Amino acid sequence: MTDFCSLSLGDALDALHTRRMTAEQATQACLDRIAATEPVVDALLHVDAENALASARALDAQGPDTSKPLWGIPVTVKDALSTKGMPTTAGSRILEGFMPIYDAFVVERLKQAGAVILGKNNLDEFAMGSGTENSACKPSRNPWDPQCVPGGSSGGSAASVAAGQCFASLGSDTGGSIRQPAALCGCVGLKPTYGRVSRYGLIAYGSSLDQVGPLARSVEDCARVLSVIAGYDERDTTCAPAPLDDYLDAARTGRRAASLDGVRLGLPREFYGDGLAPEVRTACNKAIEAARAAGADIVDVSLPHTHAAIATYYIIAMAEASSNLARFDGVRYGRRAENVENLEELYFRSRSEGFGQEVKRRIMLGTYVLSSGYYDAYYRKAAQVRRLIRDEYHAALGQCDALFCPVSPVTAWKIGHKNDDPLQMYLMDAYTLSLNLAGLPGLSLPVGLGADSGLPVGMQLMGLPFSEAALLRIGAALEAVLPAIGSPAGL
Amino acid sequence: MSEKTISQADVAHMATLSRLYVSPDEQALFARQFGDILAYMDVLAEVDTTGVEPLYSPVQHEGIPREDEARHVRSREAVLANAPHGDGEYFVVPRIV
Repeated sequence: MTDFCSLSLGDALDALHTRRMTAEQATQACLDRIAATEPVVDALLHVDAENALASARALDAQGPDTSKPLWGIPVTVKDALSTKGMPTTAGSRILEGFMPIYDAFVVERLKQAGAVILGKNNLDEFAMGSGTENSACKPSRNPWDPQCVPGGSSGGSAASVAAGQCFASLGSDTGGSIRQPAALCGCVGLKPTYGRVSRYGLIAYGSSLDQVGPLARSVEDCARVLSVIAGYDERDTTCAPAPLDDYLDAARTGRRAASLDGVRLGLPREFYGDGLAPEVRTACNKAIEAARAAGADIVDVSLPHTHAAIATYYIIAMAEASSNLARFDGVRYGRRAENVENLEELYFRSRSEGFGQEVKRRIMLGTYVLSSGYYDAYYRKAAQVRRLIRDEYHAALGQCDALFCPVSPVTAWKIGHKNDDPLQMYLMDAYTLSLNLAGLPGLSLPVGLGADSGLPVGMQLMGLPFSEAALLRIGAALEAVLPAIGSPAGL
Repeated sequence: MSEKTISQADVAHMATLSRLYVSPDEQALFARQFGDILAYMDVLAEVDTTGVEPLYSPVQHEGIPREDEARHVRSREAVLANAPHGDGEYFVVPRIV
């Protein structure tokens, strides 16, 4: 039990249920791990040691409860999710000191399941970014190489999981923000179908794109967390009353089978074109060969409007962001500018002082594409192309069980190296954001290390709405047949 | 990539609509960056969307109605807890009229 923090969530549960470890000891072990690794990875904005230990002790007083699927398991939560009585900032100065008065639906579910919440993960401000460099507080670092980004925007969650600070974390994915940091940090991340998980208490960025999901160190661990957070919630009208599947059983079935017999994987050819770094292409090709050797039928498919997806996505995301972020006005919560003369100046100054530059860019561009004279050419047009993209995803998925493709065109890059050109940064999301436009589920899992960088490469499985169980089954089988990538070299 | 010119005056107008102040230095920077970004967006003009209905949300289920009953879910004290300036009853803002 010397390295409890490196165990899988399932093995940690086993240790807790058999009393080889108390919940308090488990929480303390993770807090010790945080103390040791946080100076390197900067994955957290807030650690709530006192309350975490108190809730662990309360669990111990009642004894292990097998009806609680995360009994005594220490977890972390992206700071875009509302946590009652625990600071929630979305990585922004405008929410400095904000103390939510309610828990997000997913946080309620974690607590009901017996999880212990250790703290809040760093993120790009309001989840706007791909490297967690846009946090108003600090950049997070990749446990595989602390000079590199962990990806984003759920980079703090991915770094925390990869560094063994927790057994799972919750992130949010608007255009790849769970899958891409999972890929860059060598962990598993699941973006559920739009509507599978309630967004109640998630600080909104792009409301028709946002979805909450788990990051963990294995497919099975992700399945355990999804089982806890999935389900209907009347407080989010976009949350679907669709039946749930046995996600844990699906992952276990895949892992046990370690075979892809009868599984047809589609390779969208537009995702394997120019722009894919050679080391990523090589790692993906090896994984495709491993899948074929495990029995998968590999077919070529096409998503012809992929070239228009980045423009479509950013127009819609920025438009929704400009509307969502109008609520930060310095009146009801958050930062308020001092010494203002009138209400208008209060709005202008509170927002100007509180938002960072990337957030301002997106609000202004979003306002522009929604403004009179430009609405049809940008916003409405993007919504039309969105339908074409959604329809062609469904058509491609009619020819296979899941799509299989890279998550990021490159491995983790050096902190500060891509920061000065926003457009170049948006292009990094090319392989992840169309899935959000289509509202489909995607599972990102590590497939190897880049031959040049030695850093993790991830691939994603994408499926039809509510096909999470199938993705977890296929993903767990892939995980079983691919060589493990090992532990982060940077710690 | 096509050229798109966004002037500093355009940026200033966008900032006003967004209730943001942008410094003259930022105006120049944003004008250049917005020009690049909006020129990139022009790729959409080449997509034939004749007769295509816009898709604003991927939701496929019907909304589930509920009884229109007021519920007391938050106390006044809780709602005002994060107010930068409140008087225990209301949010307080600078005088409007």
